[in-house]
Amino acid sequence: MSFFQAYKMAIKSIKANKGRSFLTMLGVIIGVASVISAVAFAQGSTKSITDSIQKLGTNLIQITITGRNSNRDMSYDDLKKFAEENSDVIAATAPQSSTSAKVKYGSTNMDTTIIATSPEYENIKNVHVTQGRFLLDFDLEYRQNVALVGTAVVNELFENRNPIGEKIKINGQIFKVVGILEERADGATRSDDDQIIIPVTSSRMVMKTSSIRNFAVEATSADKVDAAMESLKAFLLDIYKNENAFRVFDQSQMLETLNDVTSSMMIVLGGIAAISLIVGGIGIMNIMLVSVTERTKEIGIRKAIGAKRKNILTQFIIEATVVTGMGGIIGILLGFSIIKFVIGGLDLVPPVYSIPWALIAFGISLLVGIIFGLFPAYKAASLKPIEALRTE
Amino acid sequence: MEEHREECLLEHKAVQEGRGATLTETLIEIREMWKIYQINQLQVQALKNINLSIKKNEFVAIVGPSGSGKSTLMNMLGCLDTPTSGTYILDNEEVSNLSDDKLAEIRSKKIGFIFQSFNLIQKLTALENVELPLIYTGVKASERIRRAKLALEDVGLGQRLYHKPNELSGGQQQRVAIARALINNPPIIFADEPTGNLDSKSGVEIMNLLKELHKKGNTIVLITHDNDIANQAERVIRISDGTIVEDRQVI
Repeated sequence: MSFFQAYKMAIKSIKANKGRSFLTMLGVIIGVASVISAVAFAQGSTKSITDSIQKLGTNLIQITITGRNSNRDMSYDDLKKFAEENSDVIAATAPQSSTSAKVKYGSTNMDTTIIATSPEYENIKNVHVTQGRFLLDFDLEYRQNVALVGTAVVNELFENRNPIGEKIKINGQIFKVVGILEERADGATRSDDDQIIIPVTSSRMVMKTSSIRNFAVEATSADKVDAAMESLKAFLLDIYKNENAFRVFDQSQMLETLNDVTSSMMIVLGGIAAISLIVGGIGIMNIMLVSVTERTKEIGIRKAIGAKRKNILTQFIIEATVVTGMGGIIGILLGFSIIKFVIGGLDLVPPVYSIPWALIAFGISLLVGIIFGLFPAYKAASLKPIEALRTE
Repeated sequence: MEEHREECLLEHKAVQEGRGATLTETLIEIREMWKIYQINQLQVQALKNINLSIKKNEFVAIVGPSGSGKSTLMNMLGCLDTPTSGTYILDNEEVSNLSDDKLAEIRSKKIGFIFQSFNLIQKLTALENVELPLIYTGVKASERIRRAKLALEDVGLGQRLYHKPNELSGGQQQRVAIARALINNPPIIFADEPTGNLDSKSGVEIMNLLKELHKKGNTIVLITHDNDIANQAERVIRISDGTIVEDRQVI
């Protein structure tokens, strides 16, 4: 008996037993689809966390001055000068004073975070405008009272009006809105979108202090972060003579946390995938056992009229392979549809299509299908034909 | 008158010679065959020292009450089961100690089965059921279909090729089974209570079909508990309690 003949026989048998074939497939479909979508959800969550942390800037170094120096504080100009001298490790610097302030537009009031900074802030922190413009050197040089507003502020203060060109009062000072910041969170109050950026040189009256105590520094690359930090620490120690007067820190702690989160997510994910596959596998196993057992008589008839053991086994292997293979393909399509329409539709996490996981799920289902199809078929094929014929 | 008598004599002689030729060809030879089943602590001797030979083109009925061992004997003769001891020579080949797969090969080439319960595969059409033995002997698809169609036409089912067993009457199903048994042109056909599940009219039809096959030169071994059926054969072997108690030619 040729392989092609065995294949035709298996297809015929699958078609003749549509209900049973479908049930067998269902186990595979559920197993594969649930693995694919669970993995996609976990990978999507991981990706969105990673992305949002990386949006903050992985080359970012923060400096906070906590102490005082009787002679002089480090000014932004000092830092800028130092950065220019160390341009091999430091790419950019920006002052970053922040305070909470009352903002008024017409008769509407709100409290929001004010960040006073320089044009370099845009690239260091990945903060961009969707309308209008960012801060310019000109604004700093001429102490322009201009402001960039986050979307939460736009929603709260301006409702449906275009804020560009409008005048607002920040702690009593009049500022002109020149740009709208790109949405980073979801436009809600108390999020990253609930902020206003103004030039550092125009901020004295708003901040009610002249000293700038926070700075953002961008290293030239991720592997230069450590070198940049070392040189900054040395520079600051030279000014303040006290290691406790300042803090220099980077995102590495955050990245470590991220990695922890990612790896525990992967463990959870692996667990979900394993459970789905076990459940699917048990389904496949049951239906295969039942289907072969109920066909013992058929096996007996086939043997009585001259089928050898390997003929029977070939037929059952092909049947199991075709059924679980078709189930696997449907499962992959279903899984990808779930990713596209459910995960993508809910817009909770970015959809991730993982081909390796799809193949793993497919492969394991196929293996389970074949093994548990083969085992009872082997048993039945080894029966004496007369014993197989006697079963009803 | 004289001429006619001579003709008759000649014919008679020819028949005798013909039979003489077949007499020399032994198809089945069984010597000292035992079959003992071990059921828990209990030993059941289903066949006790059976000696039997069947020649080509014989029509033999094995008859006996249920539990007599006739089905066990048929299973041994049909290579569906192996004896505990003894020898079985089928068509000049010792088969009592062959492997499972070798026996399958013997069954596919030398034996055709007709069962009481037809044993057709329910999901396949009449044509596919008849084709099945040819698949296992490796016959090409076009040849298979041609031969299966012919075989079904021979048993009068040319109009029922694409019917499933449950769309056919009992008699028709048994005809499909007969077509299946004949498809590989086996030297011997075993019929185990072939009329047992049929009404009397269909039973008569099936018996006539078997007789016809016998006339065409087939060797037929019929297993039955019914003396009337058994007496339609040429030779009756009566079995009781695992031994042959009678072996006679039917006149």
